[in-house]
Amino acid sequence: MDKFVSIEKVSMVFNTRQGAFTALQDIDLTIAEGEFVTLIGHSGCGKSTLLNLVAGLLKPASGVQICAGREISGPGPDRGVVFQNHSLLPWLTCFENVHLAVERVFGAVETKAQLKARTLKALDLVQLSRSAHQRPNEISGGMKQRVGIARALSMEPKVLLLDEPFGALDALTRAHLQDELMKIVVKTRSTVLMVTHDVDEAVLLSDRIVMMTNGPAATVGGIVDVKLPRPRERLALVNDTRYHHLRGRVLEFLYQKQLRPAA
Amino acid sequence: MNAAILTHQTFREDRPAVAANRATVTTPPEVVDLPPPVRRHTPLVERYGADIAEVCRKVIPVVLGLALFIAIWAIVSQNSTLPGPVKTWHSAVAVFSDPFYQKGPNDQGIGWNVLNSLKRVAIGFGMAALIGIPLGFMIGRFAFLSGMTAPIISLLRPVSPLAWLPIGLLVFKAANPAAIWVIFISSIWPMIINTAAGVREVPQDYLNVAKVLNLSEWKVFTKILFPAVLPFTLTGIRLSIGVAWLVIVAAEMLTGGVGIGFWVWDEWNNLNVEHIIIAIFTVGIVGLMLEQALMLLARRFEYR
Repeated sequence: MDKFVSIEKVSMVFNTRQGAFTALQDIDLTIAEGEFVTLIGHSGCGKSTLLNLVAGLLKPASGVQICAGREISGPGPDRGVVFQNHSLLPWLTCFENVHLAVERVFGAVETKAQLKARTLKALDLVQLSRSAHQRPNEISGGMKQRVGIARALSMEPKVLLLDEPFGALDALTRAHLQDELMKIVVKTRSTVLMVTHDVDEAVLLSDRIVMMTNGPAATVGGIVDVKLPRPRERLALVNDTRYHHLRGRVLEFLYQKQLRPAA
Repeated sequence: MNAAILTHQTFREDRPAVAANRATVTTPPEVVDLPPPVRRHTPLVERYGADIAEVCRKVIPVVLGLALFIAIWAIVSQNSTLPGPVKTWHSAVAVFSDPFYQKGPNDQGIGWNVLNSLKRVAIGFGMAALIGIPLGFMIGRFAFLSGMTAPIISLLRPVSPLAWLPIGLLVFKAANPAAIWVIFISSIWPMIINTAAGVREVPQDYLNVAKVLNLSEWKVFTKILFPAVLPFTLTGIRLSIGVAWLVIVAAEMLTGGVGIGFWVWDEWNNLNVEHIIIAIFTVGIVGLMLEQALMLLARRFEYR
């Protein structure tokens, strides 16, 4: 298998007031180019920590992380991150928010007109060209999250990292954005690592679902291969027995093997 | 509380009966199409009537409060040497009818006095902003610097502003720079402290964005830190200008020269109490206007 992103024996230890806290232990994970992998687990199991490690926002206590043949030593434009709470800068318009990223990555080699075109293209990809000159507080939660995705994609990252991007949205908006994300991923052929706690979301979007055990010292508890054909249709999957089987396997892992006594 | 529990219980007891009824009689259709709602236009009078009532609710207490204040003032002034509202009003009309006269260094119109005080505040406050805001940024950004300055700031901040006047007189050997120095030293603290707090409270999300996008230090400052801290700094500026305007009156009483504080002292020496009361109101109104102007400015930079 192609090792586009590889995480080998990675552990993460936080220094807390009660002493060292081992959040993640011996995580092994590889992601192929163009693959869509989701991390699922109970809250607090360290799935966001793992994503932040890949993003370079945290440094692992031990282990090696490689992205596209280079060791991950800090944040970089080869990994585009979408945060759960959109993290758009409220004093900039949607255009300016995306442009900030575009300017950083391509500013040295491209003209102003090219940078502008890139920004508009990214906003067009998430169908927000019309809101380009609005501020984040003037658009809906779903739209903000789409700007966040546009910002991450505008850098043409090698890997797209999504940290529960639809967690704060209502169910209908979430479904809509999941469909859009699938289309965008097909169009851009992105490699995606996404954190979620929504089983349906994981099965619908992923090629593989990485199920994490509960912390402390969380690790990969199991991996489910989702071999459903693409493009996937939400409504068609409702009656698909394979879909229900996969869903059942993830649920079984989460609620039988990893049920926490007092969660 | 009790009533709520009671109704809740009765509702619960009723429910099975209702459900049984339904099951035996007819099963209602699953989806019922409701007729479209009819939109009713509210008449204009009704709408504007509400606005007028709202304005009245806000204005009446203000007017009543002021009336009560003037009434108490009038009653108190009857039994003492304090000039009453009417006498003060006539005096004020005279003072404000010629605010910019000049009859020598110690006898100038109230307009000149206010402008001179404002000028001192502007210089002292401006220098405090020029030094205090960048210093606040650095203290907020670098923990080491914060550790270095924290004890000094905690020690000097509670010192009464006028205690700095002799130091100013000693160093500058003149009254006017000493007064400006007092304004400077008393208005610098809120700006340093608020700006530093603002820098410390920049949301981690924004800093994560900066890291993920790999922004340069300059971009981090101009696109993230500065806009995020601006509301905090403006609060500091607002507090500072309040302090500065408070202090200038006291400082000018001691230093002399042309200024509203000196004017108060001068009129006390002349035993012209009406003018002192006029000065009090003038100081209050100018302070209010400064505060309001900064509030308006601050509202422009609120992003929520």
